[in-house]
Formats: sequence, structure tokens, C-alpha cells
Amino acid sequence: MTTSINNTPLKTTPLIDAHKKMGAKLVDFGGWNMPIHYGSQIEEHHQVRRDAGMFDVCHMTIVDLRGCDVMAYLAKLLANDVTKIAQQPGKALYSCMLNPQGGVIDDLIVYVMQPTWVRLIVNSATRTKDLAWMHTQLGSMAIDLSERDDLAMIAVQGPNARQLAQQALVNDRTQADTLKPFNAQLFNESQENERFIARTGYTGEDGYEIICANEQVEDLWEQCAKVGIKPCGLGARDTLRLEAGMNLYGNDMDDTHTPLESGLSWTVDFSNDFSNKERLFIGRTALEQQLKEGLRYKFVGLILNGKGILRAHQKVIVEGTEAGELTSGSFSPTMQKAIGFARVPINTGDQCLVAIRNKLVPAHVVSLPFVRHGKILPPIIE
Amino acid sequence: MSNIPPELKYTASHEWIRTEEDGSLTVGITEHAQGLLGDMVFVELPDIGDEFEAEQDCAVVESVKAASDIYCPIEGEIIAVNEDLEDSPELINVNSYHEGWLFRIQPLKAEHVDNLMSADDYAELVESEAH
Repeated sequence: MTTSINNTPLKTTPLIDAHKKMGAKLVDFGGWNMPIHYGSQIEEHHQVRRDAGMFDVCHMTIVDLRGCDVMAYLAKLLANDVTKIAQQPGKALYSCMLNPQGGVIDDLIVYVMQPTWVRLIVNSATRTKDLAWMHTQLGSMAIDLSERDDLAMIAVQGPNARQLAQQALVNDRTQADTLKPFNAQLFNESQENERFIARTGYTGEDGYEIICANEQVEDLWEQCAKVGIKPCGLGARDTLRLEAGMNLYGNDMDDTHTPLESGLSWTVDFSNDFSNKERLFIGRTALEQQLKEGLRYKFVGLILNGKGILRAHQKVIVEGTEAGELTSGSFSPTMQKAIGFARVPINTGDQCLVAIRNKLVPAHVVSLPFVRHGKILPPIIE
Repeated sequence: MSNIPPELKYTASHEWIRTEEDGSLTVGITEHAQGLLGDMVFVELPDIGDEFEAEQDCAVVESVKAASDIYCPIEGEIIAVNEDLEDSPELINVNSYHEGWLFRIQPLKAEHVDNLMSADDYAELVESEAH
């Protein structure tokens, strides 16, 4: 095996000392010094599927938008339609932000707290280009766009995560127990102990994502540890999201692939807006053109039917047609099998071959996700 | 600091080598290497009778995180492989110097062993990579 040496100073989150105290194995994660695991990535994966685990996700970028043009702005910026939830305070929506060619600039979660105030969570690796793009699209709209690097975020996930997190939050004057899935609520607004609690996540389990001031997150982390929520690294986060069929930006979609060929058609809303006009979001024309010409690829799950591990960039061989490619792959701790996502020719059937080093290994083509709420889903052949 | 048994030889690519009584060499990956890779989930071993040159890739270990090539430390012929790893790749995590051994090789020339790194040299390498 080989190792690499990187001398660029790494960024750290406010939880770096807590990680070191808890025995984290720290790695360079896109320029951030982040825990990959605290001993065993597989045990941490099971911890989230069976009980409750927590993740430091402070590296992610939080952006607040305020102003009377926020809805009009997002109706143009995002491929999914936030105006549909404008009158449901706290509701969250997953969406892609597209370039004019229909390529994905980034995927994000938007929490519509009020029609004039939304909170976006975008990826850390795409932070610079996202902010630049969002600023460019502002034009003369009456919107205040501010990056909230004063805020920290942790995710608590698992079947017991909400109940345990409420114990951990007991002194923070929050009432998150009535929060519905995919909803968020702000508690103690503008006070020192402000808590933004969202019933969202990236693992396929129930749980919360909690945002608080940088200065308070170490206390919150320790409170969570005290009630039995175990720290989990970004290694487990990746296998959890893979089993849950959730895309990873940069792997599964990017600037050169549209959501329609990245398994994200369900996030693109072509329907008319509230005034029954065509909603002209950026990238729409390109996507309509792609549909008119016919999609050439589909995005599927693969379960390896032989020896080896699926990895991103392995070639997928389908009889009688051109090759496809794995976009993500790993070992599924829940299924005890190698699984992955692949972009394959549209007429691919239920079987394919994957080139793993010098061998061709058979794999089943299935729909996503593989696992949801702790249960392995029966494989649905595409 | 991870365990680096003084009686073994090492490579810069993190394999360890033990000389057996019959002159054959047992090969595995170091404790430091298994720590970097994390939980092992798959091992692809050479076949008995395969011949390799020094530094030729001859096996693959895969953790949840990544696949990593194993380089043959010395020119020779494979005479045994650790078949237990097929069902239990995690043996490498449990004890990389014993149950987690990978394969045994008969070196073409016994004196080639002298070209390998000592435990002290390897410890120095691990130390330098940490900075």
C-alpha cells in the first residue's frame, strides 16, 4: 500500500478537541481535518442502523437568505419548486442547483422557515463556486445572502436518536418532539442558546440535524455522548448514505451530468408555478431538450454477485451496448455485500458485469435504495 | 505508536516479512497499515505456484474505505496463502502479524532478504509519514 503526505494546513471544526479526546482517527477530508472513524467504521455503521450515532457535519456550508424576493429567487435558482411549500413554515426540500446546460452545480437542502427567510445547507467541497453562483443570480433582487460560519452543525441519526437527543437537549429549552419528518424549527431565536432543529439526515434513519452557535456545539456534543449517542465518523456516513440510496455530490452527479441521468428526476419540478405559468428555473431548457432527445443513461443500484468490492469508476459491461460506470461503491455492512450506484445505458436489463481489476464479476441491477429504517429492502429488479 | 516487532523485516509499502525455519518467508501488512486502511472487507490473494518479482503487485486488500495493492517484497514463488481471510478478512485488523498473515513465498535467492528494511528503519519511515 502507499500513503501520501499533504503539507497544507487543514481546517478544523469546533469539535476537533472532542474528536481527539474520543480517539478519532482524523483524515484530510476535502481540506478539513475530520474523523473518519473512532475505532471501527463498521461498528459505527451498525450503531446508527440499530441505535443512535452522531456526526460532526460542521464542515458543511450554511447560508441564510432573507428578503421579500426569496421565493422568486429560489424559483429560478432551484430545479425543485420551493414555492409549493412557501406556506408551510419549517418545511424542508431537497433540490439541485443547475447550470444553464442542466449540469448539477450542487445539491442542497432548503428549509423554508418563512416565505421571506430560508436556510440552505450546501456541500463544503463546492462552497466557493456555490456562493459565487448564488451571488451572481441575485441581480437586483431584494435579498440578504449571508454565509453562517458562526454556526455549527451535528447530525444525530438512528432509531433511538430523536428520543436520546431530546434528553440531551433538555436544558436547552427546545420542544422538538412534535417535529414531523422533513421539518425544522428554530428555538430560542437570537438568544445565546439558539437551536435550529431539523428532522432530516443523510443515513436513511430517523433523527435530527441540529445547528447551534460554534461556541456551544462542544457542550451539545458532550451532552449527546452522555445520554448514549455514540460518535461516528465520515466513513460510516458514506456507507449509510450509500445503503440509503442517497447521492454524493462529485461522485454521483456533477457539473457535466444532469439530475435526469443521476437518479434525481424526482427532484426536478416541471409543473407550473402558483400563477399557473411555466417556472423558468435555470437549466430547464437543457433538461427539456434532453428529454426530447431521449435519455441515454439511467441511474441504478448494483449488488455484486461474486467476489470483490464495488468502487467508483469501475466499468459496467452490458451485453450488446456501450459501457456504464460505477459512481459510488463500497461494502454494505447491513447487507454484507458489495453495493454501488452506476450510470448505465438506458436499455440495461437486470444483469451486468463489472470490471474489477482484471476480472469481470456479475452484478444484479436493482432500484434504490438498498436499506431504509434499518431494513434491507427486497431487491426490485430494474 | 503502533507495534513494530523487531524480529521482522519490512518494506516501504508497509508489508512485514518473517523468515521461517525452512527458509520460506511469511508476508503480511503492518499494524500501522491496517490502522490506516480501517475495517477489512475483502482480500484477493495470489494462487499457490504463482511467481512474482520484487515490488510486483501480487494481492489486494480492501477495507470499507479503499482497495490497496500488496507488493511482493522479494522475487520468488507463492507456496501458501491464508485461506481463512476469504471468509474473515477482519483477521488482518485483529492481529496483522499473526492470524492476519497473507501468503508465504519461497525466495529465489535467500540473500535478497538482506535488502529489506529493519524494524528501526521502518519505525523511522512511519514516524516521518506522520508529519
